[in-house]
Amino acid sequence: MNIHEYQARELLARAGIAVPPGIVATTAAEAKRAMERLGVPKVVVKAQVHAGGRGKAGGVKLAATPEQAERFASQILGMQIKGLTVTKVLVVPATDIASEAYVGVIVDRVSHSPVFMVSPAGGIDIEEVAAKTPEKIFKATVDARYGLLPHQAMALAFHLYADLAQVRQAADILQKLYRAFADAGCSLAEINPLVVTPKGEVIALDAKMNIDDNELERKPAVEALRDVAAENPMEVQAREANLTYIKLDGNVGCCVNGAGLAMATMDLVKYYGGEPANFLDIGGSSNPEKVVTALKIITADQNVKAILFNIFGGITRCDDVANGIVAATRQFKVDRPLVIRLTGTNEQEALRILEGVGMRALTDMDAAVEQAVKLAKGGAAA
Amino acid sequence: MSIFVDKSTRLVVQGITGRDGSFHTRQMIAYGTPVVAGVTPGKGGQKFEGTVPIFNTVAEAVAATRANTSVIYVPAKFAADAVFEAADAGVKLVVCISEGVPVLDMTRVWPFLKEKGVRLIGPNCPGIISPGAAKVGIIPGNICIPGPVGVVSRSGTLTYEVVYQLTRAGIGQTTCVGIGGDPIIGTNFIDCLAAFEADPATKAVVMIGEIGGTDEQNAAAFVKAKMKKPVVGFIAGQTAPPGRRMGHAGAIISGSSGTAAEKIAAFERAGIAVMKRPADVVALIQGRLKARKPAARKAAKARKPATRKAAKSRKPAKPRTRSR
Repeated sequence: MNIHEYQARELLARAGIAVPPGIVATTAAEAKRAMERLGVPKVVVKAQVHAGGRGKAGGVKLAATPEQAERFASQILGMQIKGLTVTKVLVVPATDIASEAYVGVIVDRVSHSPVFMVSPAGGIDIEEVAAKTPEKIFKATVDARYGLLPHQAMALAFHLYADLAQVRQAADILQKLYRAFADAGCSLAEINPLVVTPKGEVIALDAKMNIDDNELERKPAVEALRDVAAENPMEVQAREANLTYIKLDGNVGCCVNGAGLAMATMDLVKYYGGEPANFLDIGGSSNPEKVVTALKIITADQNVKAILFNIFGGITRCDDVANGIVAATRQFKVDRPLVIRLTGTNEQEALRILEGVGMRALTDMDAAVEQAVKLAKGGAAA
Repeated sequence: MSIFVDKSTRLVVQGITGRDGSFHTRQMIAYGTPVVAGVTPGKGGQKFEGTVPIFNTVAEAVAATRANTSVIYVPAKFAADAVFEAADAGVKLVVCISEGVPVLDMTRVWPFLKEKGVRLIGPNCPGIISPGAAKVGIIPGNICIPGPVGVVSRSGTLTYEVVYQLTRAGIGQTTCVGIGGDPIIGTNFIDCLAAFEADPATKAVVMIGEIGGTDEQNAAAFVKAKMKKPVVGFIAGQTAPPGRRMGHAGAIISGSSGTAAEKIAAFERAGIAVMKRPADVVALIQGRLKARKPAARKAAKARKPATRKAAKSRKPAKPRTRSR
């Protein structure tokens, strides 16, 4: 799960990290009042959206008067950034900056551990630093049983600053960042930039946190940070039904059990000259209602010209899926051709259920995909 | 022969009375897997379906039954503790089926298991099956037959698809391992490839990867440097858009590392034959098994002294080619 910058800043502030004050506004008038309340000569108005590259898209603006803040906010609110609509802006005091650094912690698959990355070259994408000046990135692997040790934090901080007072401040921030990362159940937490002010204070100007979805069940306070309005509505509906759905641009709607098979199915659609309209994984134990929701989501996409089911029954029972398909066709009009491939657990029962309502199913993946691609192109069923 | 599980497996099922645990325990027993114990706290002293003794703790189960392998079907939030418990009880192989285990839990599990010398398969995996010998997990037994091919995969149902294709063509398997799709897993491709390379019964290996991470690239380097047996590979997610999570926590492309194109290129550089689609596995494996025969005969000759007559009748051994 993604959370907004203003939410990540709150979590860092709660962990004791110095974060400048900021006010969230959902209207231009609120943005104006926010600047007046902050009482500073300049503010930055920042789009709050789950997408990178906000600055380049014109979603971050420096304002010198409350009226200007209002005008910028009215431009940014409602703006589309990478397909997502901006509904909130964050108004923060513009900060004088002596230097910018990057600090972040991620779960690293290779070392099976949280890994800290810091760089004195902050303020830009860390991927860019990694590509252009990898020698400016310093790492430390954390043993998650003990957390980031004080000496590790100091060693990292010495890579950022020469001044001992700043090193100590940065080391303190790194340890607090690790605690915030662990407490919220993050897969990534970063401060970019971590800045030194002309007075020598080390403060966090921008923060990003990604939460591991698997943590949300046991962390309701973190789950409460979810901003449903900032997510694709179809993906929200899918998640609420325990499905994983990602919309793509093609016209072959796909409904598959298992993520690997779902991706392989999309690939096979492409192999036979079609384009997948979506990724959809109905997961392991699929009850008929899940299948009904899946069909609703797929048919809501007007690009879809044919719908392909590819089910390899293991835990998933083919008869459950067949019952779901039949139930869906009774609940609403499925007005696009269906190609159904079922094999595995309770396959025979599933075929009987489908035949009972005059539907057919295939058992071979290639044959089914080929047929769905043909139908999506306007051809007749084989 | 096989890897990790076989007839010597003595299995304890953690979460044996749960919905998934009980269903799959019946399947594992029906397959002939030696299920010697189950664990459900509070149900110690009872028996599962009148046959398998249930214990309150894994330690008790191990003490009473000499269980050496555990399979975990408990809810995700208890899964990490279940792994710790199995390792503490002296079990040497732990297979964790549970899906949705928080990745930070796994960052604590991993160093602990390493220090204890315990192998974990999973989490979020379908488990492991050595056809005809033992099934630990949820891979459908009826789609597997014994034979010479080792299968290792990050996926569940895609593994079934590939194994099904092999079985339909009459090509059996030594062992099929689903290593799981999560970012942090106990056993990776290289661990399995090394085990298959060392297993005399395995003649060729199928490796099924997907987008995200660099495990497949590392595995490709291992194949090139350390393996003599032929490897056939597949990567799912060629059409996945960058930056999006595709269900598996592991299947996310970030930056340039982890794309399907990059992994396929790594496979090709390592001499791994790449399947364009799951159905290609049959032809590629048949080709590799045939190409391998001369070398296999040569190896057999080296092991036991052949009679002069037999040696004479044999064609000169060709250098083994892993032709692409």
